[in-house]
This record gives sequence, structure tokens and C-alpha cells, in this order.
Amino acid sequence: MAQYTLNINGKSYQADVDADTPLLWVLRDTLGLVGTKYGCGIAQCGACTVHLNDNAARSCTLPVSAVRNGKIVTIEGLSEKGDHPVQTAWNEIDVAQCGYCQAGQIMSAAAFLTKNPKPTAEQIDTAMQGNICRCGTYHRIREAVTLAASKLKS
Amino acid sequence: MSILPKTSRRDFLKLATAASGGLLLGFYWNDTAAGAPNVVGNMSLTPDDITFNSYLSIAPDGIVTILSPNPELGQNIKTSFPMIVAEELDADWSKVNVLQAALDTQKFERQVTGGSGAIPHSWERLRKAGASARQMLLEAAAKRWQVTTDSLTTSQSVVTHAASKRKATYGELAAEAGTLPVPATVTLKDKKDFKLIGQAIRNVDNHEIITGKPLFGLDFYREGMLFAVIQRPQAFGTKIKSVDSSAAKAMPGIVDVVTFKNNVAVVGKSTWQVNKARKALKIEYEQDGASESTPDHDKLFKTLLDSPEATVRRKDGDVDAAFKQATTVITREYQCPFLPHAPLEPMNFFAHVREDGVELVGPSQTPEMARNETAKLLGVPAEKITLELTRLGGGFGRRLKADYVLEAAELSSIIEAPVKVVWMREDDMTGGSYRPAVRYRFSAALNSQGEMIGYKLRGVGINAGNCTREDNFPSGAVDNLLIDSIEHKSPITTGAWRAPITNFLAFAEQAFIDEVAHAAKKDVVQFRLGLLDKAKRTPTGAVKYDIDRMKTVIQLAAEKSEWGKKPKVFQGFSVYFSHRSYVAQVAEVSMKSGKPVLQKIHAAADCGIVVNLSGAYQQVRGGIVDGLGHAFFGNLTFSGGAADQKNFNTYKLIRMKDVPEVDVHFVNNGIDPTGLGEPALPPTGGAVANAFFAATGKRFYNQPFDKQQDAIPQANIERM
Ligand code: FES
Ligand code: FES
Repeated sequence: MAQYTLNINGKSYQADVDADTPLLWVLRDTLGLVGTKYGCGIAQCGACTVHLNDNAARSCTLPVSAVRNGKIVTIEGLSEKGDHPVQTAWNEIDVAQCGYCQAGQIMSAAAFLTKNPKPTAEQIDTAMQGNICRCGTYHRIREAVTLAASKLKS
Repeated sequence: MSILPKTSRRDFLKLATAASGGLLLGFYWNDTAAGAPNVVGNMSLTPDDITFNSYLSIAPDGIVTILSPNPELGQNIKTSFPMIVAEELDADWSKVNVLQAALDTQKFERQVTGGSGAIPHSWERLRKAGASARQMLLEAAAKRWQVTTDSLTTSQSVVTHAASKRKATYGELAAEAGTLPVPATVTLKDKKDFKLIGQAIRNVDNHEIITGKPLFGLDFYREGMLFAVIQRPQAFGTKIKSVDSSAAKAMPGIVDVVTFKNNVAVVGKSTWQVNKARKALKIEYEQDGASESTPDHDKLFKTLLDSPEATVRRKDGDVDAAFKQATTVITREYQCPFLPHAPLEPMNFFAHVREDGVELVGPSQTPEMARNETAKLLGVPAEKITLELTRLGGGFGRRLKADYVLEAAELSSIIEAPVKVVWMREDDMTGGSYRPAVRYRFSAALNSQGEMIGYKLRGVGINAGNCTREDNFPSGAVDNLLIDSIEHKSPITTGAWRAPITNFLAFAEQAFIDEVAHAAKKDVVQFRLGLLDKAKRTPTGAVKYDIDRMKTVIQLAAEKSEWGKKPKVFQGFSVYFSHRSYVAQVAEVSMKSGKPVLQKIHAAADCGIVVNLSGAYQQVRGGIVDGLGHAFFGNLTFSGGAADQKNFNTYKLIRMKDVPEVDVHFVNNGIDPTGLGEPALPPTGGAVANAFFAATGKRFYNQPFDKQQDAIPQANIERM
């Protein structure tokens, strides 16, 4: 066990965990930030997506010891009131079915749109290819990313 | 959370429905003795709330709280159930708060999510719950203003007396209304007056979902709770011989390792630690049953298809004579593999077995069964067990079983501590309860006019029960018909998987009908319509589907897709009746640089009245994506009794780029809702396979399609 100081959602957190513990389980089991989900544990489904220094990262395969001073943002910290343009778009398009994958989808979309605010339909598909939605909400994810892009522009 | 006092029976009331059905509905009225319902991740009732019945309460500030009793797994029941209550109540939807109810067999019936049955089952009782509360509010206002109730109107949670221009909100009237007797009969709205039903209403949990609030079983946490993973046998047909857990026990954060039944549970302080320690377990297994592999099943299917021993499911006319007379006979076989459900939230449950009772919390499609089985297992009376429902991160039938609830309860009783058992993805994939592998043989006899005079179907499946649906189309439309099945019993466990049996049978049947229509030199849509006309005019045996509803969706899909009228677009047709509803689909494939590309699927659905347009639309699109993904990619194979695919790196689920455009149309014919959780899935495989045939002249017979490179070398689906 070792003590880690983590910068998450603009706050400093202490976690006393094994060095190989993936960030996902530190967030969920140690810090109670359960918005970040477990789906596969092997970087295949995207349910665990967070931002590490503004890039989308799979927290299930990211050992806490590798995070160091990295700036982490989770779904809980994407916006203060849940009104990030991607979140608003997700609500307006009514994307969620079971909802389990959606935090990861939103985090992937938000990181992507920061880098590419005017994406084409193909670029959206490519950007979201790593996130599985078992319920099949892909059409609405496409629509919501497109809507979020237009919100970010204005 | 405490054990709830058993609800008293003093205010149980039975309401006879209007002349129509004579159905008896049970409600508990004005029942505040039960206290606030326990819910996870949502606000609860306040002491000021006036409870009108099992479903709804109104607070003095006008907030209407509606309890949604059925498990929510993405079918959107938590939004559509309350919409039905609010419709009859004439409530202001912006002031409706929805709570997930815990299991309560006194207040609610059929707290089950399965069989696309929740809305059809509850439609009338939900309407009555809203309508009788509205009636009580009207009576309170009538009393207050000394007028008659029929001089009053309601809208948006306000009662109005137009003649005197007086108004009172539901919040203002609630306390008074709550003291009035419950009306013995209520008048329900004329369906044409529905304002809320039929609208696109957003998911009531949207805010919690998009902000990452704890909603799911996996998110549930209790002070002092332990985490556990369970090592189950990797191969079906094996059992534990010996366990050496000393290394695992010595690892950091591990509290205990316990063996029960065929399970070795590692209990500790965090998910990561227990999962790591699990890898240090040394378990020896020994054979305890057949050790089966996929090639064995392939061989077995061929034998069973020729076996003289089959259970006859339906027999009309003289099928042998018809095949002797036939000018053309077509025989085709279709096979599908096992599939795991793979809901994105893996199985998990929290259990705390105490001296005075048992507390269960988590995602279940059948909470009552889970509680009753726990009662049996632990020898505890069911009333001493509470079960709270979390939101379910998908279910697809997997959570109809209680195995994962029982494991948690048994483990908690052994370690005498609150514990959450978590399944890792690998546990979920290898843990059984799969969609059964099945093979079908269809034969059709055509006469010289291209009429189908004989039809045979043999289904053979592994733990699949009756893998036919003997009364489905085209039964009733063929004079000579024989449908039978054989089940092979295997240690590989199976269970209901979204649209059980029909999830593959529909593909096989609709692909076969397509081939028969081609052999008969008829348009495939006209061929189906012709059979339906025959079933209507001169039915053979019982016709257990609604011919007119099926014809309507066929015609709607043909019209919306401009069937047969699009140059360079290769279309495939499919229609299926399942779970009381009807869905027809047209898939469209185009050739792009010599490759067939699936571009669009049109769907026409008849699920009766559409309650929530947003949810319904997504049920159809989601069902199609599900059907398409599993038809193309889903494949779980076995070696020596163990599943070969253990996670999403080797088991492919459909992703964004595989998804074509989908267009949805509802018949919306005004009949009471008939269910939509499953019916859109079954027709998809057939429509897509038939469209690929139209484009390439090659047919898919087995799923997954992407394994049949010989059938269609360029098979790829991509978005253009
Ligand atoms: S849980 Fe990390 S990608 Fe699936
Ligand atoms: S909404 Fe259920 S997995 Fe995406």
C-alpha cells in the first residue's frame, strides 16, 4: 500500500492503495466517485473513460501510480451543474436506455470535441468506436455529439 | 435501511373495472403505515405527502410523487409507467417526481421486467390509479366550493370551476382529498383525449445518468460493506476437488476466503484486492458431467435432425402426402451459437443477512422470485427479507435468474457481514445462462402453381426446451404442416435471452420464406400477404396471431421503404410476431466498390398505443441494433466445457461503425399497448440476410454472419 495524492475534478484526494490498483477502482471503491463505470477491465468498452490531462483515458487499465500529478476529470466533475454542452445534448436527445455506458460515452465525446469542435459524421463514428453501448443507443449518440458540437460553436 | 413493517390489510380495496373485462384490481389506499419507500439514488417521500394509493402521493406544494414498481433496465418503464398514471390524473408533468419502488408484493403485482409484459399487464391499473386520485381531488374541490363534480374540470394539476372562475391546485386539495373515501368505480379518459401519452417524454433519470450519480447495483455502497468475487468452475461439467486458498488469504485487503457449493468466494476490502487475490487461488476441479465442445454440438445437431424421436408441437393435414405431390421441395438448415447476455453492468448484488432479517439490494428483473428463493435457501420467512431495486445496467433476460442474488445471500450468511458480490466481465461471460445454441431444418413443398402445400420445421437445441414457436406464422396458412423439436440436455446452462427462441427462429423462418418465395417465382412481400390471405379465408388449424395486424405492418414497411421501387438498392424483407406485437422490417444494401454495404433498415411496428414516443422509438432502434449485432458477430464457443471467449477482446459486440441508419414507423392503432421491449429484435436478422442475398445472390444460413466468408466473401457492414 502507498499513499497517493490525486488531482480529481479540481480537488485534491488522498488514497492509500496498492500501486497497481487501476484508477477506476480507486475512484469507485476508495473515493466513492462511482460515476465512472466498470464494463470490461481491459480497455475494450469505454465505460470507464475519464479525462487525464484533457485526453480521454481508460481508467480500468491505468495504474494509480502512473497518474502522478495528472489532472483527472470524471463525469462528476465535467461541469458543476451537469450543463456541459455534451451533457445538455445527451439530455435533449434523450440518449440513455439503461444509462450504464453513458458516462463513458459522454467523457469520450467531450474530450473528442475539445480537440475537434467541427467533426464530420465519419469522424464522430471513429471517435466513438471505442465505446460500447449494449443497449444500442448509437444513433442517438451520433445525434447528441452532433448537437453538442453545434452548441460548442455558438 | 430497516426492515419495513408488514403492511396491514385494513385498507385493501378491490375495484371492479367497468363492464368490459370484469378484472379485479387490488390497491392499498391511504396506506401511510408502511412508511417511506426505500429507494436508491433518488429523493423519497416526505411526511407531508398525502398518499392516494400504491402508486401516487401528492404533497402540499403540488409535487406529485409516482412510484414505479417494475425494474428499469433501459426499457424506459420508469418514465412510461408514471406517464400513464399522470395522464389520468391530469398532472403537470413538470411537477412529477418518480421513485423506484422497492419490492412490495402487498402493494404491487408482477414487479417483473420480462416478456415485454409490463405495460400490457399494468396499463389498466395504472390508469385507474391516476383516475381515482383525480376523482378524489374533484370531490374535495366540489365539497369546498359546494358545487357538483361534473361542473369541474382538471388540467395540469389544477381543478377549475369555470362558472365561478375558481381554481385550486392539487397540492391545495391533497390533504382534504386524502380523507375522502376511494371511489368504487372510476371513468377512464377517452383515448383521443390523451395529452401526455403518445408524447416524446425524456427519461426521468437523465440528469442522474449524465452527471454520474449512483444509480446502479454496482454503485451501491454501505458503510462496513465487504466486497467479494467468486471463482466458479471454468468448465461446465466439473466440480471442485480441492481448494488451496492460503496464498490468497495472505494477500493485502483479504478478509476471508470461503468455499460453498462449487464456489470459492474471496472476500475483502476492495474490488481490485479481491480480484487480485482470486488469481492466487489454487483450485483443482474434477469431472462431474459431460465435457462438451462446439464441434461435438455441430455433430450432435446433424444426428438429432435425422432422429425419429421428436416431440411433435403441431401437426396439420398430411404432410407426407403433400411432399409426395410437390413439384418443388426446398430444404434448408440454419444454426446459431450460444450467446452470453453481456449487459454492460455485470451481475452483482448486495446482501446483509442479520439475526432479525435479510436485506438485499441490487439489479434484478424478478425481485419477488429472488426474495422467495433466498427465503427458501436461508430458511427465513419471506416477510423478513427486503429487496430494493437499483437501476439495472441492462438485463436482456440474464437478470431473470436469481443465482447471483442467492450467492450473495449465502455468502453473507456464512461470513455474517454485509457483502457485495461483484462479477467481473470474465465471470459474466463464462458463468452460463446463455441463449441456447439451436439448429433448424425447414422444408417446403410447392405445387406447380407455386403454392406452399406443405411445411416442415424441426428444431434441435441445447437446453432450449421447445425451440419452435409452432403457432406462429406460417402455421394456419399451410394445409399440411409438421413442427417438432428435440432438446439435448447439457451441463452448459441456458436461460431466456431477449426475445427467447424467436431471437434466432425469426431469422431462420424469414430467410427460409424468402427462399421459398423466390422458388415460387413470387415477390417476397406478395408471397407473405398471399399466405396471410389464405390463413384468413381458409385457416388450417388454429391461427394464434392477428392476421390483420401482421398485414398492416407488412404494408406499412413496404410503403415507407418504397419496396421494389428503388434502383440500385437491394432490399430484404422480414416480418415477425412476438410478445403480442408485430414488426416488419426492410433492410437496404447497396454495392460500393463491389462490396455489399448495409445502409438502412426501415421498421414498421404495431405495439398498440405508443405510450412514450421517445422511449418507443429507441426500443425499436435499440432492438434492431441488438438483433443486427448478434446476427453478425455474436459467437460463444466451447472447448472441453469451457467458454472460449471471456471478454470483449474476443467476443465482439456491435459498435458505432457497424450501425446503419434506422427509420421507425408506428401503426399506433389505438388498441391497448401490447409491449415493445423485445418485438423489434427478431425480424432484423432475416431482413438483413435477405437484403444481402438480393445484392449478392448468396445466402446466410448460420449466425454469426461474419464467420461465413464463403457465403459472402465481402460481408462487411459499414456506414457510408
Ligand atoms: S472498463 Fe475500461 S474499457 Fe471497459
Ligand atoms: S445505455 Fe445501456 S449500455 Fe448504453
